Amino acid sequence: MTSHPMTSLPMTASPATRLQHLRPHVGSTPLVRLRALEPRPGVEIHAKLEWQQLGGSVKARAAHAILTKVAPHLGGRRVLDATSGNTGIAYATFCAAAGIPLTLCMPENASPERKRILQWLGAELHLTSPFEATEGAQDAARQLVAADPGRYAYVDQYNNDANWRAHVESTAPEIWAQTAGRITHFVAGLGTTGTFTGTSRGLRTHGQVTCVALQPETALHGLEGWKHLETARVPGIYDDSVADAVASVSTEAAYAMMQRAARETGLLLSPSAAANVAGAVAVAEELESGVVVTVLADDASKYHDTLTRLS
Amino acid sequence: MAQLIIPTPLRKFTAGAATFTADAPHVGGVLNALAEAHPGLQPHLFDADGSLRHFIRVYVGDEDIEALDGVNTPVAAGTDISIIPAIAGGISHRP
Repeated sequence: MTSHPMTSLPMTASPATRLQHLRPHVGSTPLVRLRALEPRPGVEIHAKLEWQQLGGSVKARAAHAILTKVAPHLGGRRVLDATSGNTGIAYATFCAAAGIPLTLCMPENASPERKRILQWLGAELHLTSPFEATEGAQDAARQLVAADPGRYAYVDQYNNDANWRAHVESTAPEIWAQTAGRITHFVAGLGTTGTFTGTSRGLRTHGQVTCVALQPETALHGLEGWKHLETARVPGIYDDSVADAVASVSTEAAYAMMQRAARETGLLLSPSAAANVAGAVAVAEELESGVVVTVLADDASKYHDTLTRLS
Repeated sequence: MAQLIIPTPLRKFTAGAATFTADAPHVGGVLNALAEAHPGLQPHLFDADGSLRHFIRVYVGDEDIEALDGVNTPVAAGTDISIIPAIAGGISHRP
């Protein structure tokens, strides 16, 4: 009998079963202390290395949860969603391993690395107008499923509770355990808002934690996946009562932190991961004591264009 | 007159307008005219020094102005200028 190379399951196992066997490869990421960036003794900054899981980014958690929820109900339909990249790569990874057909809508101006990775993983891509950002991709996904509901199961990461619940169930308890309950502040950017909303809610079931949401400073920005709340379509899963404060990070500050983190910590960060670190450092600078935690969505490996421009 | 195509994230500052026309000899002149007509756009396009924020990609026709003469790139009448958001690691594809 032929076995699946990743799950050791027979190829005849259902997609839901194969997804279940991938679960140990999702989450459980390292938490590292960024001592070089700490402003003073008594204030710690820690970060989750979220690219160190199957699927390659923090989006693996939500993607796996969303697919697990829909898999028993697919009935031969393709999974469909809109993405600016990382969720798409996580979906494509799990769908390839679980035998689920996948269609993704994404803006045409996504980086060539991402499009190439998705094609290699077998995803069907619908490229949408570069002028309309991920909102245009969401509209395209809605149009596809409306035109052919028998072909697509639109899982809609922006409005799917499985997105934020994944972080309640995994990211939050991991952070609580890895800091031995010492975390005082959680800082994260808003994209689909699943990471911030779910992790914040989860942490508060364990204890008192101040949660600071980050958004890009400007409507146009270089922080992939992030939403500028004043101008973007706010995801349905966002709950603004969760944030104790909302701070802004400029793309320029994120780029500067990419360079500083590479030289001082050895971490090659994506722009959005660097923006999270910049936000965490800003929060830490206001403290006399505390333990600040953030998440590093992905590393710089898919940002050749950005690294080239900044070199 | 050159026509500038405004991306969706900036249309809240242009009362929903998707295009803007201006008569200027260079890309920078068209962008400045846009910011003067819609002052709320100024910080979204330009930094404190008045320079175009360098993560914003502007195209004249099919060409990235970075590969031409930047904001000094000349624009002929009837030229389409596009502002493209830089998502997911940047842009190397023209629409």
